[in-house]
Amino acid sequence: MRTLKFLLQKEFKQIFRNKALLPLIFVVPIVQLLILPLAADYEVKNINISIVDHDHSAFSRHLISKITASGYFRLADYSPSFNTAFKQIEQDQSDLILEIPQGFEKNLVRENEQKLFIAVNAINGVKAGLGGAYLNQIITAYNADIRLQWFQPDKFNTAPVITVASSNWFNPFMNYRFFMVPGILVILVTMVGSYMCALNIVKEKEVGTIEQINVTPIKKYQFILGKLIPFWAIGMFVFSVGLFVVARLVYGIVPVGNLFLLYGYLSIYLVALLGLGLLISTFAETQQQAMSVAFFFIMIFMLMSGLFTSLDGMPQWAYFIAKCIPVTYFIEVVRMIILKGSGFADIKYHFVIMIGFAALLNGLAIWNYKKTS
Amino acid sequence: MKDVVLNNIVKTYNKGKVKAVNDVSFTVNKGELFGLIGPDGAGKTSIFRILTTLLLPDSGTASVKGFDVIKDYKNIRSSVGYMPGKFSLYQDLTVEENLNFFASVFNTTIQDNYDLIKDIYVQIEPFKDRRAGKLSGGMKQKLALCCALIHRPTVLFLDEPTTGVDTVSRKEFWEMLKSLKQQGITILVSTPYMDEATLCERIALMQNGEIMSIDTPKNIINQFPENLFAIKANDMGKLLQDLRKNHEIKTCNAFGEFHHITINSGEPIIENRKFKISNIEKMLIESGHKELVIKEITPTIEDCFIRLMDQSIDNG
Repeated sequence: MRTLKFLLQKEFKQIFRNKALLPLIFVVPIVQLLILPLAADYEVKNINISIVDHDHSAFSRHLISKITASGYFRLADYSPSFNTAFKQIEQDQSDLILEIPQGFEKNLVRENEQKLFIAVNAINGVKAGLGGAYLNQIITAYNADIRLQWFQPDKFNTAPVITVASSNWFNPFMNYRFFMVPGILVILVTMVGSYMCALNIVKEKEVGTIEQINVTPIKKYQFILGKLIPFWAIGMFVFSVGLFVVARLVYGIVPVGNLFLLYGYLSIYLVALLGLGLLISTFAETQQQAMSVAFFFIMIFMLMSGLFTSLDGMPQWAYFIAKCIPVTYFIEVVRMIILKGSGFADIKYHFVIMIGFAALLNGLAIWNYKKTS
Repeated sequence: MKDVVLNNIVKTYNKGKVKAVNDVSFTVNKGELFGLIGPDGAGKTSIFRILTTLLLPDSGTASVKGFDVIKDYKNIRSSVGYMPGKFSLYQDLTVEENLNFFASVFNTTIQDNYDLIKDIYVQIEPFKDRRAGKLSGGMKQKLALCCALIHRPTVLFLDEPTTGVDTVSRKEFWEMLKSLKQQGITILVSTPYMDEATLCERIALMQNGEIMSIDTPKNIINQFPENLFAIKANDMGKLLQDLRKNHEIKTCNAFGEFHHITINSGEPIIENRKFKISNIEKMLIESGHKELVIKEITPTIEDCFIRLMDQSIDNG
């Protein structure tokens, strides 16, 4: 116990003296939490649209003003012909072309029917898909408007109509930040836990201090605990700062669920992650190697853990990989507890799985650590 | 009593491709200052790492203070001090913190063993609040020695403690070792510098993972079987070439200011050698060498080392 105390003392002294590492641990996560959610915005705004209006009627002008007033579109160009509009797409000046045919108003009034043409630049799939969908919605709404103006609704409905009323639970305004911020918080804790821990141990190898430690009566478990405990504490600290300072004050996210449950899960999650860091450090000889390996894992964690994309939309094999990543479970749990207020019964399987990860990763790390020395 | 015993230790790297230590056996007596002398890659560090339980030998047995390096490694770790060749203390901790840390992991304090390190520590004490990484090379070595001594080890392993240290600090360092020996600590030290060999009580000359000779430095020098001459002239480069071409000369090596030569003497008659030397001198003068100086000298450890090395090359 006494030895462990001295090891911890030494470790904290070193961490707080490291002028490069300290801001990396404490400032960078907060800055990232402030910047990343803004970038990870699913709403597409400022879609450039080129309109080719062959009609120049009151109806077509009404439609155009509706489109530009929606806030999603920016009128890039008002072209006389489809070909000139297409040039705009070729030059990447616009993303969408809406072509209004000649006699749009006349035919609409006379024949009750008219067709519009939309061409989409599909290089950026998300932008194209969403842009097309938005435009369709606007046109549909416009269509309904016209109907309302022309036909007086019958006193009694002649045909049965199903009206759908939807309500958004847990995130009523569909604020994507509520969804993203907890997830990004998880990634940040993950980085601090795995990176820092792995790098710290490998540094001892690289500098050679581990040799000096190995000839002392310090036991292996003491050395490992001396490394894990500081980073476990730092992980807790970073998460708390992110949750109570950034998420609450900046994004107004107040956890609905039980905080003890959240921290209970976090503490197990950190043990699992530190196990991963430890495992990396047993393989790597230099900090560069450790960094590269850790980076590889972090990339996969970031992109496959369901942070940005829904797990259900993944192909079977990718879904399987995602399920093998501890981060996936923590992101799920964080969102469930913070946004939905889930209780222990809802996440008990998550607990079991995370304890399994913690045991597996730490077990592997210790086994490999023993093998090498 | 033998404090360190090695029996037929073999250590290979890269799955047996590189033989670092090849069937090495030797013993170090209690309270002895024993030197492992050899160039880089001779296997010195591997032997140290095996003895300090950092490395497992492929075969053979070794013990320190009667404890087996494999079975009783825990006992060895608490009773030996090890100073690796590379500075391996925490560079971001201060001098005092490093010392405190290593004292506390051995369950002792600086005060308890201050008498042992006092002579060395007073030299670095003015810098005790400085980070270890910011110390000069010589200071680092002194701190490392203090840290290795802080738990009052009975056997001290020093792996190339004077490599990369200036001449004055090297001299001081050996003085410190002598005073530690007075305290009854067994010291095993390695060095690539042949001139330091005479400062040890007994030495083992190592080359390519094998021990060529073990004895006191004096005996090793006495065992040098031939007369050695030092020779100097105005053009040393040409002299070396001419000497190596000469059939009377057995070996010729450049040694700083002089070349050291041994001669092919059929009979060990002193008159005969003198005659040959004067012959050589005459020949050299004829081939245009000026300011020629030839004198008989007692061999150094380096001469002995080179001779043993040549022998092993001839045999192998």
